[in-house]
Amino acid sequence: MKMVTAIVKPFKLDEVREALGAIGVQGVTVTEVKGFGRQKGHTELYRGAEYVVDFLPKVKLEAAVDDALVERVIEAIEGAARTGKIGDGKVFVSTLEQVVRIRTGETGKEAL
Amino acid sequence: MNALATAAAAMPNKGDVAWMLVCTVLVVLMSIPALALFYGGLVRSKNMLSVLMQVFVTFSMIVVLWFLYGYSLAFTEGNAFVGSLDRAFMRGMFDPLTGTFATTGTFSKGVVLPELLFMAFQATFAAITCCLIVGAFAERMKFAAVLAFMVLWFTFAYAPIAHMVWFWPGPDAYTSKALVDPNNLKAGLIWQWGTLDFAGGTVVHINAAVAGLVGAYMVGKRVGYGREAFTPHSLTLTMVGAALLWVGWFGFNAGSALEAGNSAVLAFVNTFSATAAAVLAWCIGEAVLKGKASMLGAASGAVAGLVAITPACGNVGLLGALVIGFVAGFACLWGVNGLKKLLGADDSLDVFGVHGVGGIVGALLTGVFNSPALGGPSFPDNWFTGELVKPENYSIASQVWAQAKAVLLTVVWSGVVAAIAYKLVDVTIGLRVSEEDEREGLDIASHGETAYHA
Repeated sequence: MKMVTAIVKPFKLDEVREALGAIGVQGVTVTEVKGFGRQKGHTELYRGAEYVVDFLPKVKLEAAVDDALVERVIEAIEGAARTGKIGDGKVFVSTLEQVVRIRTGETGKEAL
Repeated sequence: MNALATAAAAMPNKGDVAWMLVCTVLVVLMSIPALALFYGGLVRSKNMLSVLMQVFVTFSMIVVLWFLYGYSLAFTEGNAFVGSLDRAFMRGMFDPLTGTFATTGTFSKGVVLPELLFMAFQATFAAITCCLIVGAFAERMKFAAVLAFMVLWFTFAYAPIAHMVWFWPGPDAYTSKALVDPNNLKAGLIWQWGTLDFAGGTVVHINAAVAGLVGAYMVGKRVGYGREAFTPHSLTLTMVGAALLWVGWFGFNAGSALEAGNSAVLAFVNTFSATAAAVLAWCIGEAVLKGKASMLGAASGAVAGLVAITPACGNVGLLGALVIGFVAGFACLWGVNGLKKLLGADDSLDVFGVHGVGGIVGALLTGVFNSPALGGPSFPDNWFTGELVKPENYSIASQVWAQAKAVLLTVVWSGVVAAIAYKLVDVTIGLRVSEEDEREGLDIASHGETAYHA
């Protein structure tokens, strides 16, 4: 099992969710986050005061998926979230040791 | 005979009374909620309620003080600097036994208003002037210290300056040529100088701006000033506030004519056009200098135009008003940028940059565009005949000098009173909240509540 974590532009969230649904991903957790990468921030000007905004808003998706599905999940996220411009985000994949479905007590693949 | 005698005594005109009641309410709207929202949107969300409270309670307190003694100090005969206590506790304004209301003059012979109405209208001016100061020391001053300062400054700066600029015996006192000079000598000092201030460029805006600037110096900079971002938490509310200020300002300026007549219409139209011109000027200035025109810039431009047209609104011509608006938009844009850096004070919401600079620009240009040669309505030569100064006799230079003297006196008077008042409050109550409270935000630290719940 793998945990796929993706940071994407907020306005791409719906497209990513549809693409993941289409390949059979059963669940995704979404968080609004802020951060910086190569896109850097921007400056805001309020009368005479100029502020550098370092952290830009992004959306973080987390999906626990079966090993067999990982490559297609990555492709789906890439395809849906790409604009070709700097700041499109990243996908991180890590090994997932255990999953438990709280309602039934199922564990492992059964619980995905 | 009796009927004739009654008819001869001037009675308030119902149209004037209705108009001035509406204007009074419009100026109430300028403080609460307009100014409160305009300022509130500009602070961080943790200080939103503190700004709303400082404006709301200052407003209420000054209205009470105005009725108790402020009106009397400002608008009764005394010396050239301050009035008397003849009207303290509203004495003599209303006699319930006979059902009579005292009347007061306007700017036309034989046209009067109930004095209570004039008092109420002027109460809103005193109150908003004090509320304006809040913007300069927002986000760091103790609530009790704000109120204590307001009591002192209102009593020793607002009331005297209002008396000096606006108190005069009224047109009906000028019943003969021989009485012109003696009557003039009963007026306030700045009125005697011949300064024109239709709705309060000196009394309201320069007065408040200087008190604010002194406060910004004496209270000190906000924790994190220059290192942390103090971004406005809701420019939406700031826009709502600025727009409501514009609406209310029609009551402020056109109401200062004291009658529902031509003078009010002139003030109304000039308030309309100068403000619109200032919005455009500020936005053009921003677009040229910084590449983008901003909502905060447009809202600030509106206030700059409103401030600058205040002394001028009934005293200048139609094109003069547009020029004043344009100039004020650019000047105040400089006020919150270049000038602010020069002054080095943390005037949180740019009270001096907008109200000080706009007020001075408006006061001086009133002396220029009042001239009939530049389309202005001129002013009465003397109040016995009511004849206006003719174009060939009008001196722009001497009128601008009369305006400048009023500006200088207001700056010095307000500045000195403010400095003493802040000092007194500092040694008794203390001006600032603790650094910990400032970090937490004044909403919780000073008022025990939160503006927004996520």
